[in-house]
Amino acid sequence: MSSKLVRKLALAVVLGTMPLASPALAEKVLRVAMTVADVPLTTGQPSQGTEGLRFMGGTVYDGLVNWDLSSADKAAALVPGLAESWTVDAADKTKWLFKLRRGVKFHDGSDFNADAVVWNFDKLLKRDAPQFDQAQSVQASQDDGGIASWAKIDDLTVEIRTKTPDSVLPYNLVNLFFSSPKRWEELGHDWNKVAFQPSGTGPWKVDKFVPHERVELVRNADYWNPKRIPKSDRLVLLPMPDPNTRVAALLSGQVDWIEAPPPDAIPRLKQSGMNIVTNVYPHVWPFQISLMDNSPFKDVRVRKAANLAIDRDGLVKLLGGLAIPAKGMVYPGHPWFGKPSFDIRYDPEEAKRLLAEAGYSEKNPVKIKFVIAPSGSGQMLPLPMSEFIKENFHDVGIELEFVVMDWEALRARRRAGAWAPENKGIDGVNNSWSFGDPDFALIKAAASYEPVPTGFNWGRYNDPKSDELARAAQTTFDPVEQTKILAELHSRIVDQAMWIWVVHDLGPRALSPKVKGFVPAQSWLQDLTPVEIQ
Amino acid sequence: MLTYFLRRVLYTIPIAIGVSLVCFALIHLAPGDPLSAVMPEGASSETIASLRSFYGFDRPLAIQYLTWLTHVVTGDFGYSIMTRRAVLGEIGPAVFNSLMLGVAAVLIGFTVGLLLGLIAGYAAGSARDRVVTSLAVAGVSVPHYWLGMVLIVIFAVNLGVLPATGMGAGGSTNFAFDWESLKYLVLPAISLSVIPAGIIARTVRGTVAEVLKQDFIQTLYAKGLSPRRICLHVAKNAAPTVLAIIGLQLAQLLGGSILVETVFSWPGTGFLLNTAIFTRDLPVLQGTILVLAMFFVFINLIVDLIQSAFDPRIKRN
Repeated sequence: MSSKLVRKLALAVVLGTMPLASPALAEKVLRVAMTVADVPLTTGQPSQGTEGLRFMGGTVYDGLVNWDLSSADKAAALVPGLAESWTVDAADKTKWLFKLRRGVKFHDGSDFNADAVVWNFDKLLKRDAPQFDQAQSVQASQDDGGIASWAKIDDLTVEIRTKTPDSVLPYNLVNLFFSSPKRWEELGHDWNKVAFQPSGTGPWKVDKFVPHERVELVRNADYWNPKRIPKSDRLVLLPMPDPNTRVAALLSGQVDWIEAPPPDAIPRLKQSGMNIVTNVYPHVWPFQISLMDNSPFKDVRVRKAANLAIDRDGLVKLLGGLAIPAKGMVYPGHPWFGKPSFDIRYDPEEAKRLLAEAGYSEKNPVKIKFVIAPSGSGQMLPLPMSEFIKENFHDVGIELEFVVMDWEALRARRRAGAWAPENKGIDGVNNSWSFGDPDFALIKAAASYEPVPTGFNWGRYNDPKSDELARAAQTTFDPVEQTKILAELHSRIVDQAMWIWVVHDLGPRALSPKVKGFVPAQSWLQDLTPVEIQ
Repeated sequence: MLTYFLRRVLYTIPIAIGVSLVCFALIHLAPGDPLSAVMPEGASSETIASLRSFYGFDRPLAIQYLTWLTHVVTGDFGYSIMTRRAVLGEIGPAVFNSLMLGVAAVLIGFTVGLLLGLIAGYAAGSARDRVVTSLAVAGVSVPHYWLGMVLIVIFAVNLGVLPATGMGAGGSTNFAFDWESLKYLVLPAISLSVIPAGIIARTVRGTVAEVLKQDFIQTLYAKGLSPRRICLHVAKNAAPTVLAIIGLQLAQLLGGSILVETVFSWPGTGFLLNTAIFTRDLPVLQGTILVLAMFFVFINLIVDLIQSAFDPRIKRN
């Protein structure tokens, strides 16, 4: 055999083995295009709402309590996180004891223990603590507002006291994350530096952070829950606010996963072999309405008529099937749905009858004004949807006028309440809503003693029965019993037509056919640990 | 020349103050709460009050403006409400990225526009002129973000020869001046260049056609100068007008484009402004607008000086 032939054969062997060898060596990278315009805060408490929590919360960090995101078939439930168990004191319902998980370490190798818990609560709530961080504190205030005090009992036990008996505390703790005190010390007590090298306890570790552009996470092989050690080696998160850009990035192979593809792009994505993944999750697209004296919605018949006037099936078609009609705050099948007697459906004749009964006619139509925004978090396609509903309302004798403003201005109007001077003459506000926890879903939305801004009762809904059930839900600590009360409360607010509920979004995401293992949980949050690229 | 230069520099001071005042006022007069984006649902009145005080929004507007201005002149643009990072640190890389995109777009726009303008100007009234003028009108009229999307569909999605978004596999920090990185620049630069190309082509066409009608051109022909030499004279006479247009276009492009940078996820000043607008990040918004406005003023100053070097009459005026 000539030396030339030997060389050729050797080369052929090398080249022949290369394709076999490279996949084993190649890093499995999952690239996700988010809808947010910027990378959420990386230091512990993410900014950018629930999308921030989804991608920079439960990925890098854990709460004392976590969501179980492993099932697509049932609503996500609470499971132990950094706390293995918790109890509320039998005599004093404001006193909770949390037993911490043994052996958990931060990404920097330091121990997670009661000192770290206290340090983190100080970071968020103790303004004179050296580690107090205004940016994180603000983000957490939605969840830590009810906490009165916190203290270490021993290395693995922490006591948390609430301001009032509050059974919702475990839900709030899901969104309070724990950053490493050691990392903050190492980086000169500078949270801006920590942002580039954060250290949590979560299944992913931050490897690279480029402000406004990307954050790259790598697998935490030492994660305390072996079932949730990521299957991908690297997770690249890219802010991409423009929906068409996200679609183009997926179709051109620059990313493997996009959040919220626009409905009109779905056929093209499917045609290209992309998987469109949807599932119900705690989202509703409603009009929160004013029940002030000067609003027609003070009359429950008008509220019911408005709910019956909307052709939700038609609206779902407009949305390319990416939503389901709403029959209340939560969807049927959800543990809190209950048995409302008012069936929210499309029944224009019944709507007309109710309006006539309430004293309205063709010559004397109901005249209302809603605040809407052209876009916003969870707002779906607010302008065409609102126009569609306006037509539906017109058909039954409700003349709807819109006041259009940008999303943040609308949120400010919602925070101000229907009684605020700037909301004079406004009968409703289109602010999409999350019902992930009992407070958001029902208690603080329905209780008359929970007005905005600290509660979520925008329109002065005032119903003694709802108040009674809300109080009972707040002070019932047995989860099964609490679920029953919440179902009763939900039935009550549907029967009272507290809001105009329109549709539930199905949270579409488009995934490259290479993406395997994703389980779309019925939650705003999702678990990316079982996902891998094949 | 020095006196003229100093006078022009002095003019920039009131312009800068005016720009800072307008940009501050416009942002603060816009409806909505500047802290709305960072305020969580259900924020208590204590949280709201402490946040207002932390960012100084509880003070009178005039005091807020003066405080901001005195800090800005010392190079302190404050901190982003959303990220708590220094605003100057946010603007710096964004300006560089937009600069890169702007220069690429100007080079394309200038070359194509000049070429088309000269062709049309020399053939004024002919079919060639009409074709070029139509192209220029199309260039000026086409929305560049739409063109960007079309280019993405053709070259990134269907042909797969160029990337659709971003600044490279590792982001802007890994951007290198090799093909692997530069290919990310191609589509956004072309999208941005069509408007200046159209404007420059029309301006050059008009100016060249005008100069060619003047008596001194006939004299040059009569003296037997070669067409190439005559073209140089034409170019010199057309230069002040064309330079003014190019200067304006350059300044606009260097300021980035909110739409094109958003469509291509190009992390420049346009993308930064877009993020800041949607999140009501006032310090970033104010800082970026001010820097861009000053950029505009600076580029105009440079163009004025170059123009006056070409045409001394401008100095006398």
